[in-house]
Amino acid sequence: MKSLRGQSLLSLEDLSREAIVEILDTAETFVEVNQRTIKKVPALKGRVVASLFFEESTRTRLSFETAAKRLSADVLSLAMASSSVKKGESLRDTIATVDALGIDAVVMRHHSSGAALQVSRYVPHVRVINGGDGQHQHPTQGLLDAFTVRQIVAEREGTRGPESGAELFQGLKILIVGDLRHSRVARSDVNAYVTLGAQVRVAAPGTLLPDDLSSWPVTVADNFEEALAWADVVGLLRLQQERGTGSYVPTLHEFTATHGLTIERAQRLNPATIIMHPGPINRGVEIDSRVVDRPSTAIDRQVTNGVPIRMAVLYLSVAGTGETI
Amino acid sequence: MSPLLLRQGLVVGTSSTRVADVLVDGGVIREIAERVAAPAGTTVMDVEGCWVGPGLVDLHAHLREPGREEAETIDSAARAAAIGGYSAVVAMPNTEPALDNAALVAYVLARGATTPIDVAVAGAITQGRRGELLAPMAEMAALGVRLFTDDGMGVQNPSVMRRALTYAKPLGVRLAQHCEDEALAAGGVMNEGALSSRLGLAGRPALSEEIMVMRDLELVRLTGCPLHFLHLSTARSLALVIAARREGLPVTCEVAPHHFTLDEGALSDFDPNFKVHPPLRATRDVEALRVALARGDVDAVATDHAPHAPELKDLPFDEAPAGMLGLEHAASLTYEALGVGEADPITFFSLLSRGPARIAQLRAQDERVRHGAHGAAMLEGEDANLVVFDPAQRWTVSRDSLQSRAVNTPYNHRAMTGRVRTLIAKGSLVVDEGRLT
Repeated sequence: MKSLRGQSLLSLEDLSREAIVEILDTAETFVEVNQRTIKKVPALKGRVVASLFFEESTRTRLSFETAAKRLSADVLSLAMASSSVKKGESLRDTIATVDALGIDAVVMRHHSSGAALQVSRYVPHVRVINGGDGQHQHPTQGLLDAFTVRQIVAEREGTRGPESGAELFQGLKILIVGDLRHSRVARSDVNAYVTLGAQVRVAAPGTLLPDDLSSWPVTVADNFEEALAWADVVGLLRLQQERGTGSYVPTLHEFTATHGLTIERAQRLNPATIIMHPGPINRGVEIDSRVVDRPSTAIDRQVTNGVPIRMAVLYLSVAGTGETI
Repeated sequence: MSPLLLRQGLVVGTSSTRVADVLVDGGVIREIAERVAAPAGTTVMDVEGCWVGPGLVDLHAHLREPGREEAETIDSAARAAAIGGYSAVVAMPNTEPALDNAALVAYVLARGATTPIDVAVAGAITQGRRGELLAPMAEMAALGVRLFTDDGMGVQNPSVMRRALTYAKPLGVRLAQHCEDEALAAGGVMNEGALSSRLGLAGRPALSEEIMVMRDLELVRLTGCPLHFLHLSTARSLALVIAARREGLPVTCEVAPHHFTLDEGALSDFDPNFKVHPPLRATRDVEALRVALARGDVDAVATDHAPHAPELKDLPFDEAPAGMLGLEHAASLTYEALGVGEADPITFFSLLSRGPARIAQLRAQDERVRHGAHGAAMLEGEDANLVVFDPAQRWTVSRDSLQSRAVNTPYNHRAMTGRVRTLIAKGSLVVDEGRLT
């Protein structure tokens, strides 16, 4: 896909470098909106965005709904705990019901891989924005992570993101650590970083690497300590204990000992190394609490950047038409 | 039925073919000769260019009755089977409740007897298909059941499987195994590999099938009881069974059309119509299956016809049930896999009729068995369960015109070559010019 304009965002797999850069650059223009006293633009006035989170979420949901509101869209928000989904209504019927109310876009999260793509088949006239599907993709997280990295590197080099395009990613060394097997964030992050030109290494216990890592455009770090020293960016992934990930490692303590960002490892890091985590954090498992709270980590900035990225995605997808590019 | 004369078709015997007339009368093949004079009142059909052979036999069909009649009934499945050229199908026992006792078997046999084709039954190996306690196989065998399986799930416990084989051997029946080690499959929903890793779908590794094939080959070696391997889907599974059969073990195997026509790539769009167990495999496995088919290394093609209600196939991929329709297109897909114009008609009927009839013991003239003989050698005096297959006919699958109640075909809109034109079953003309009579 050459541009997100007028399209659904289901995955980062088929997004070209120019399409990703367009989203990042558009997000950059919305950063300023979020710093105003009156944080609102009329870009999606009169448009309706349905927010359907079939799986729990704090930051993604709040971030998407904030983004839609700052674009002046009307937001239909469905809380699954009190919806007919609890009465056994199927995904297809739920979508049909929401669609019958008249909507322009659906932002959805679902515990099943591929659910967003299935929904896009049910309602082809509606833009579907994937807010995370099973263990498949979490495209806006990949985009906001790339945006955050570009923003920090640009600040350091005294340039601005939009002027640099994807240039700042050339040769950038990114290490992704933890539960890659079950992580939709890892899949989207790898797509974004590699498409933009960065080098990606991964580090995890063998059981938390995907079954067919050879098909991924990454290399596996043999030595975690060495890889930490090598990296410009360290992206930690959440150990998803609610998905039964616990049984893939003998103990959480052992995971922390072999692959956690402990205080000792953090102290050995180059102070310029960017530390990221998509949240929610298991403090003391993937990362030591004291490291989380260091000003040098980019974790809060990732959350902040979620809003302009999602504004950009909604704007391009819903307001954009295919012809404008 | 008035006498029927099939004029100038290619009559496919067990080892040779010849162009001849076939006269069917009184439920049997009355005469086969270069030219047969039609007695008065005979219906004459010109079948020049068509293959005339034994009615097809499906070893593996899920008829869904009792319990899931919204997806399929014995009657609707029989009609689908007839359109597909089948004069007999073996009903799988994973109904609700499971066919694990004589009363339920008798129910299905009675319902099947009202359909235009023969419906045989495979009984469950274990009570409730739970893989724990043996089902009363001798009582079911007394009703004519010749095949037993817990299909849908393999018998996971090796000790239970060993006991089942040991118990079944003196009954003169055959067990059939759905080979997938569920612990190793670990709740996976598609073939494990690069694609499952990309799609974020849990994989069922090829090894979960192969490891149970290996285990069961050794159990057959230990017990001497015949075992049929259902829907083998990987190159290695097939190689293992073929080698064991050459060694002299009493084992047979089938492959399903979807496993030799579709690969895992079909899942890229998360369409649950392509979800099946064992899953669609890698391209190299599909190729290996096709090679084995053409070489005659496979004993049977079986459909694993698995109807599901549309709302279930609309669920998110990981929640949707596994299985796809098969009865109405298996013959065309097999013909295509054998090379269309190059296809050997003897192999075709061996895979789709004679092989499965032998495995299901549908040739036995056993008075406890209600159905007629299937898998005919095309000799005078044999039961007239016959099919006329037109290798030149082209058609397109449409989910809107299936006989099956369900519509979960993975082949919607697919162009096909070769189609069943006529089916004679239980002494009657059931399908004429591709339509039910």
